[in-house]
Amino acid sequence: MNKAVERLHNGFIKENPTFVLMLGMCPTLAVTTSAVNGLGMGLTTMVVLALSNLFISLLRRVIPNRVRIPAFIVIIASFVTIVQLLLEAYLPALNKSLGVYIPLIVVNCIILGRAEAYAYSNPPAASLFDGIGMGLGFAFALTCIGAVRELLGAGKLFGFSVLPSSFEPIRIFGQAPGAFLVLACLVALQNYIKEKRKKAGKPYEKIGSGCSEDCMNCSEQGCSRRFYDENAGGQRADGAVKKVPEKAARPEIIDLEKEGK
Amino acid sequence: MFAMVIHKIGEFLLLLVSTSLVSNVVLSQFLGLCPFLGVSKKVKTAGGMGVAVIFVITLASAVAGIINKFVLIRLNVQYLDTIVFILVIAALVQFVEMFLKKAMPSLYEALGVYLPLITTNCAVLGVAISNEQAKYSIGMGTLVGFGTAVGFTVAIVILAGIREKIEYNDVPEPFKGMPLVLLTAGLMAIAFIGFSGLSGAL
Repeated sequence: MNKAVERLHNGFIKENPTFVLMLGMCPTLAVTTSAVNGLGMGLTTMVVLALSNLFISLLRRVIPNRVRIPAFIVIIASFVTIVQLLLEAYLPALNKSLGVYIPLIVVNCIILGRAEAYAYSNPPAASLFDGIGMGLGFAFALTCIGAVRELLGAGKLFGFSVLPSSFEPIRIFGQAPGAFLVLACLVALQNYIKEKRKKAGKPYEKIGSGCSEDCMNCSEQGCSRRFYDENAGGQRADGAVKKVPEKAARPEIIDLEKEGK
Repeated sequence: MFAMVIHKIGEFLLLLVSTSLVSNVVLSQFLGLCPFLGVSKKVKTAGGMGVAVIFVITLASAVAGIINKFVLIRLNVQYLDTIVFILVIAALVQFVEMFLKKAMPSLYEALGVYLPLITTNCAVLGVAISNEQAKYSIGMGTLVGFGTAVGFTVAIVILAGIREKIEYNDVPEPFKGMPLVLLTAGLMAIAFIGFSGLSGAL
């Protein structure tokens, strides 16, 4: 039980995928035109993340290390398809407003990241709660960003007018550029907090994001996911499941660290 | 006959402009943000990334179109599109990388480092899926893929050019680095909204 609470807290606050890890930026920017859209996308992602974490964890002793990426992709894509069909049937309006970003949950780096960093080397129950925690954190972040953009861009919150009619909506926040501007302020705030913590002697450390770096820098450091990982051994990188640190599932991270990057 | 050719060329250009500029893949659809923000420090590398993306997206949208027409629709399993497309794209990118390494070493030298980064670029899957949803023909879908990738290249090269200029500017401490890049991208997105008048005018 303790573990479950710890995982939920970790995903929601300590390692919040959007505010702290800066992962999955494409859907974050694209669908947060309103709070409802953000919440819908967040919860959809949460369902996929929790279920795929659970199944990858259940199959972690069966999936060979070399072909783990295609195996993860198949599991994730299957759940995305199921969720997409359910949305089409029961929430057609949400499905329509999220559009192509629903199938694109497959390539959301939070999901593959958690699969590699956590689910592939941890027991099923903890992985499930890790997925739920991360998913809730993502949903919370998306709702917040969506609320800010909706408030500034249309003077509404969850579809209700909350600002006096004298407030002239700043339309740009509801459109594409607004997403970049809001995110820029968010990252600046994060930088400010990081700097403050560093000065207070509590340096901020990133753990087990599954990517060698966050979304903003990962391409440079080769956060590439090879279809067939010829460098990985035939055996799982982590022999003992529980005692190995989270990063062990990704041999290339260890390689990068050895090279002193 | 001549008028038909002119008409076709006009249609072709219109499609190219609307996919690359009017609904720019990064600045208005937010696809492929990671390489857009991550590999845009220098114009040269941004250009290399852009060419690699053009190459992969064009190829992937052609292959996805063919698979959609001859496998998914024929077997009546269109609901498997997401699974099939992502697997095909991921395998295709690695296959292309291996092929280039063996057959065209000079091209591999130029594009090789960028190819693995494109595997999980959501723009590739995004184009394949939206082509399928729009029910484009294979040729049309490939063209849309090409236009989209050109749009990506234009955006990333412009951003890299601006980043080279503003690198040493004096900005408030918290805004140094990524926030400044995001603000630049936001301003670029505002500029690109200007193109939306273009599709009606043409």
